[in-house]
Amino acid sequence: MIVNQFLVLAALLFSIGIYGVLVRRNAVLVLLSVELMLTAVNINLIAFWAYLQDPVAYLQDTQFAGQVFALFVIAVAAAEVGIGLAIVVLIFRNRSSANIDELDLLKW
Amino acid sequence: MTHLVTSLLLYAEEGVEHAVELADGGVLAEWAWLIPVVPLVMMFAIAFFGRRLPQRGWELAEFSMLFVAIYGVALFVSNANQGMYYEGAIEIATIGSFVLEWGWVVDGLSIMMYAVVGLVGLAVFTYSKGYMEGDIRYTGFFANFTLFAAAMLVLVSSPNMLQLIVGWELVGVASYLLIGHYWEDHENNAAAIKAFITNKIADIGLFVGVIIIAVTVGSFRFSDVLDAVANADSGLIEVAFWAGLMLFIGAMGKSAQFPFHVWLPDAMAGPTPVSSLMHAATMVTAGIYLLGRMFPLYQDELFAADVKVIIIIVGAVTLLVTGLIALVQDDIKKVLAYSTLSQLGYMTVAMGAGAYTAGLFHLFTHAFFKGLLFLCAGSVIHAVHSNNMSDMGGLRKYMPSTFWTFIVGSLALAGIFPLAGFWSKDEILSSVSYDAAHGGGLVASTVLVVAILGAFITALYMARAVYLTFYGDYKGEGQPHESPKIMTYPLIGLAVMAAVAGFANMPGIYTGFTDWVGARIHVMGDHHAEAINYLLAGIGLAAAAAGIAAGTRLWRADRETQAARDRFRIPVLYPLLENKYYIDDFYLRGIVNPTKGPIARATDWSNTYLLDGVVNGVGLGAGFLSKIVYSGIDQRGIDLAVNVTAAATGEAGEQLRHTTTGRVQQYAGALFAGAILLVVGFLIFS
Repeated sequence: MIVNQFLVLAALLFSIGIYGVLVRRNAVLVLLSVELMLTAVNINLIAFWAYLQDPVAYLQDTQFAGQVFALFVIAVAAAEVGIGLAIVVLIFRNRSSANIDELDLLKW
Repeated sequence: MTHLVTSLLLYAEEGVEHAVELADGGVLAEWAWLIPVVPLVMMFAIAFFGRRLPQRGWELAEFSMLFVAIYGVALFVSNANQGMYYEGAIEIATIGSFVLEWGWVVDGLSIMMYAVVGLVGLAVFTYSKGYMEGDIRYTGFFANFTLFAAAMLVLVSSPNMLQLIVGWELVGVASYLLIGHYWEDHENNAAAIKAFITNKIADIGLFVGVIIIAVTVGSFRFSDVLDAVANADSGLIEVAFWAGLMLFIGAMGKSAQFPFHVWLPDAMAGPTPVSSLMHAATMVTAGIYLLGRMFPLYQDELFAADVKVIIIIVGAVTLLVTGLIALVQDDIKKVLAYSTLSQLGYMTVAMGAGAYTAGLFHLFTHAFFKGLLFLCAGSVIHAVHSNNMSDMGGLRKYMPSTFWTFIVGSLALAGIFPLAGFWSKDEILSSVSYDAAHGGGLVASTVLVVAILGAFITALYMARAVYLTFYGDYKGEGQPHESPKIMTYPLIGLAVMAAVAGFANMPGIYTGFTDWVGARIHVMGDHHAEAINYLLAGIGLAAAAAGIAAGTRLWRADRETQAARDRFRIPVLYPLLENKYYIDDFYLRGIVNPTKGPIARATDWSNTYLLDGVVNGVGLGAGFLSKIVYSGIDQRGIDLAVNVTAAATGEAGEQLRHTTTGRVQQYAGALFAGAILLVVGFLIFS
């Protein structure tokens, strides 16, 4: 099995995510970009799990380890998005804007 | 003279050393540690609670002595039944390989001392209740007195030399307190100090001896030391002479041998019961006891046998010199005090002649009759309110109990058959004659003559004391009266003992005492008479009888004044004796005064210039140093460092705060840049 295509896909998605996080002004889009980065990580996890699957140890306790990790990441990402969007909604209500460049109250 | 002695020797017979089967004493011996501990505890109880008790502490003191007497007699009877030996010890502390122990030894020698201290102590303590009645320091007196007896019991129960020294010094301290009981009078303080210092000087000998022995043998235990003697330990043989001599010097102090005898007559400053106990059972017997305890060291030819010549000479000199002084004393207690010195001379002579049994037997009998005589003297003083025999006379009619008991004590002391002193003195005479025949030579022969002369002098001064006190007309003031029963009953008890104690050892008839004190695990190697030596006993008895006859001739007739009594003053000899051979004056003018002046001046000088100089110098130095520390180190060093650190931290914070922009995306960029840096670094350096 070849993992390269999955890794390239994951790298592209991750880079797009970083770009979005660093560049976009809208907080919703920043959160979206974070989700992209997490998806890239998930693709990596599943790809390496499938690649490194040991046929001999097929029925051992660790056989679903990669999938379980991916599930954990999805669950955490869901929770993160839930909290993140709630914050964004509250900020928008206060300031009628979701531009994160304007949220620099904690500077020196 | 030598010829006479040699002819006597034919009759001196030698005792044979016999092995004694020793029991361990059982429960009685195991619990014998109570003997010194009970009086010690009672001493504290009297000191703390004595005042609140109905008899103001006397009952506790009496109880402790009753306990010791009963326990001592029980041990004595048990020991007489079968000789016993027991040595117990409680570990107090371990210092390296050295183990400090509190122990108790139960053997023939210590049992004899327990019984003597207990019995005489019981009589004296009972008597003291009457004698000390009305004394302002009644409770304190009994606390000290109990300490005195307890200290002696600590001393005699000790199985090691360290505990012996503890008891030895406690006896010294207690005697100091008791001699100075009437401290309002300066002379009594001086007497107490004199006793203490004289003992202390002799104690140096004891310490040196103990150190020599302990270092050589590697143990403070008497049994280890005597084992070394039995095994002919070569290290101990080398130092035995000096160790033996030093121990004897210590014994000379406590047992008041010439020239350390000066403290004992002055110790009469204390209350009479104190003199009684001190002279009979507790203090002065300690030296003889030590010689008895270490006897194999002196007896073994390989060891300190050479010291015995010194011992016998010192004993003989003490015997004669102090006996003569007793002839001219007016103070009845001083007569008895010099008599004690003379009798201690006898005991020392016996030890020097290698007669363990004889020396201890004289100690045993002497304890009873000398305790009795002092108590009688106290009774007389109580009635007459004066110590001087020139204020007495004719008391026979007023004080019959005291008179008769005094007669018994005097006859016993003079050595009249069949009272106690006869048997013990005869035992000593025959031991000395044996020694003269077996290597003692001219010295022992001379000492034998001195001892017989001593018997004459003893009888002479006791006859003088009896006639001046109890015969003739009463010369004092007021009407003398017999003492209360609490004082006369102890006299009667001691008089009975003084009469019968001698039957414990009658050569040829019954020699129980020899076996009793011979119950030791080490071979004593002493010799004791197996049969009575009639010629020697006859000579001793004749000397005593001659003394009494001469005393009757000289002092029987009543004379009004002191001068008239002493009309037979011999020009040179009498002043010499009256001034005690000027020994006290020599000590005072020759040693004490030349020493104390320079010592005082040197102390003053060193105090003013050395001690004060050091103190002032330290003060000035400390002030100077503190200035340097404040301005130099504190202000310029520590404070500077603190300030610079604070300023640098503040400035760094001021500069670095601008990195906090508040823009989340800048932070994220820095985060990613950092991650990339780490990855790149990892790739390069791994």
